Amino acid sequence: MGDSAVLLGQLFNGVSVASILLLAAMGLVLSFGLMHVINMAHGEMLMVGGYLSFLTLKFVHGPAAFLACLLVAFAGAALLGALLELSVVRWLYGRPLDTLLATWGVSLILQQAARSIFGPIGVELTAPAWLNRSFSFTQGWLAGVQLPYIRVFIIVLSAAVLGSVALFIGRSQWGMLLRAVHQDREMAESLGVNTRLVDLLVFALGSGVAGLAGSALALISPVTPTVGQSFIVYAFLVTIVGGLGSLLGTALAALLVGIFSAAVQINFSLSTADVLLLLMVVALIQFRPRGLITRNSRSLSEA
Amino acid sequence: MPLVALEKVSSAYGMSQVLYDVDLTVEPGEAVTLLGRNGVGKTTLLRAIMGLQPVSGGRILFDGADITRLPTSRRARLGIGYVPQGRGIFPHLTVEENLRSGLSALEGRPGVSARIPDYIHELFPLLNRVRSRKGGVLSGGEQQQLALARALVTQPRILILDEPTEGIQPSIVQLIQNALQRIRAELNVAVLLVEQYLEFAWSVTSRFYVLRRGVVVDSGLTAGRDPHSIAHLLNV
Ligand SMILES: Nc1ncnc2c1ncn2[C@@H]1O[C@H](COP(=O)(O)OP(=O)(O)OP(=O)(O)O)[C@@H](O)[C@H]1O
Ligand SMILES: [Mg+2]
Repeated sequence: MGDSAVLLGQLFNGVSVASILLLAAMGLVLSFGLMHVINMAHGEMLMVGGYLSFLTLKFVHGPAAFLACLLVAFAGAALLGALLELSVVRWLYGRPLDTLLATWGVSLILQQAARSIFGPIGVELTAPAWLNRSFSFTQGWLAGVQLPYIRVFIIVLSAAVLGSVALFIGRSQWGMLLRAVHQDREMAESLGVNTRLVDLLVFALGSGVAGLAGSALALISPVTPTVGQSFIVYAFLVTIVGGLGSLLGTALAALLVGIFSAAVQINFSLSTADVLLLLMVVALIQFRPRGLITRNSRSLSEA
Repeated sequence: MPLVALEKVSSAYGMSQVLYDVDLTVEPGEAVTLLGRNGVGKTTLLRAIMGLQPVSGGRILFDGADITRLPTSRRARLGIGYVPQGRGIFPHLTVEENLRSGLSALEGRPGVSARIPDYIHELFPLLNRVRSRKGGVLSGGEQQQLALARALVTQPRILILDEPTEGIQPSIVQLIQNALQRIRAELNVAVLLVEQYLEFAWSVTSRFYVLRRGVVVDSGLTAGRDPHSIAHLLNV
């Protein structure tokens, strides 16, 4: 196997990690963009998605079992997100620091709960048999490259989710109301839009998508009580680099962060890769302080 | 019974009080104008009626029911249509989407069909031509027409208009004036209008209030009252 094959394989892994990052960051971007709320417990939605997938496989078998996992992870995390919004976030509206602290508390509680229920060591999920193969290239310049189905599946899943969310926001009635609230909350209220309900829906949607990320992540690494915590740091980086409130920016940033750290990890240790990643983010923010994708408009720039 | 009644309404931004015990009524189908110099609290008063500005004392009644603590979206659903100062167009929604956003106010209203009434395009033919354009790229006059049309989509019983002629050329002012007169005559919608341009206010309303530093200092019928007789209360 040649050097270029190793490199390509690694880059491919980078893209698949990037696509999980994208799913994890999406909820952060949506709820920050709409409500200016930073949810420190967002990572735990990912964790919950992972554990729910693990549990689902205990009861559901057969080739379609993993699809059931995705469904359960999405619904469970969305429900938990809705509960969090109803019980904590909405009462701290306009108090970002309090929200940060309160959701951090919730994050610790959820981690501890996971530790009590599932133990401190991670649980492993057995990927369905149909995902346990890989594309192998035997000829041409790609010879020796292996693309595991699992990674391909994760990339396809993220692309599909990104596409659906974009369609939902861009085409559906709720999506239109969401954009209206995003652009001018008071005016939307004045036109009869129940903005609290829109907030709740977006929060639940973002949490559900993070649950999907947890499900996908469980295919390639064990689910631990701290899986959310370790992953969420990268999701925050993605959010900052992408420009808060922009889905396209988030997708680009996730790719950038994922591929960058994968590329660096080939040559350096994991911690060096993290340092270099942070340096890159700092450099990027110097040049584009409001993220990769920003919208210029009279009314938004005043907000 | 008045459609909208303010009873001794007071309001403040932090420590600085802006409205002092304001009493104001609008009867069903009546058009009333609220006049006053810059910064006397006109916008604050309209925002208080919409529930966008907290009230520190007094009550606001709609159709006899106390709405002082009602969320803004519920007031819109009761039938209060609002065109704010600055128009409040969603800049990244198309003209059509801006209009459709007003349909939200029809939820939970029995016997009301959730569609954009045809007369809106009759009143503002321009809107159909620019329907797929983004609200943010329209000119001031076009945005004002859109804002008024969007408020009408909510099928209001009262229209609250904050300086609809601000920064708009005379021909569009005329168009808006005609539209308001037709809305009043044909739909029997009440109007509460804040306006600097006296001739315009006199042409569409039948009663006036003058606000001065948050206090109502004059009121009466517009008919038979020379607008210039209150000009000294409005000009610096
Ligand atoms: N968000 C705010 N915070 C603090 N003070 C405010 C705020 N908005 C308005 N004010 C003050 O309240 C007073 C009344 O403002 P308001 O906007 O109601 O005046 P207005 O009569 O509508 O004036 P204009 O004719 O210029 O529109 C002004 O002195 C203004 O400076
Ligand atoms: Mg004003």
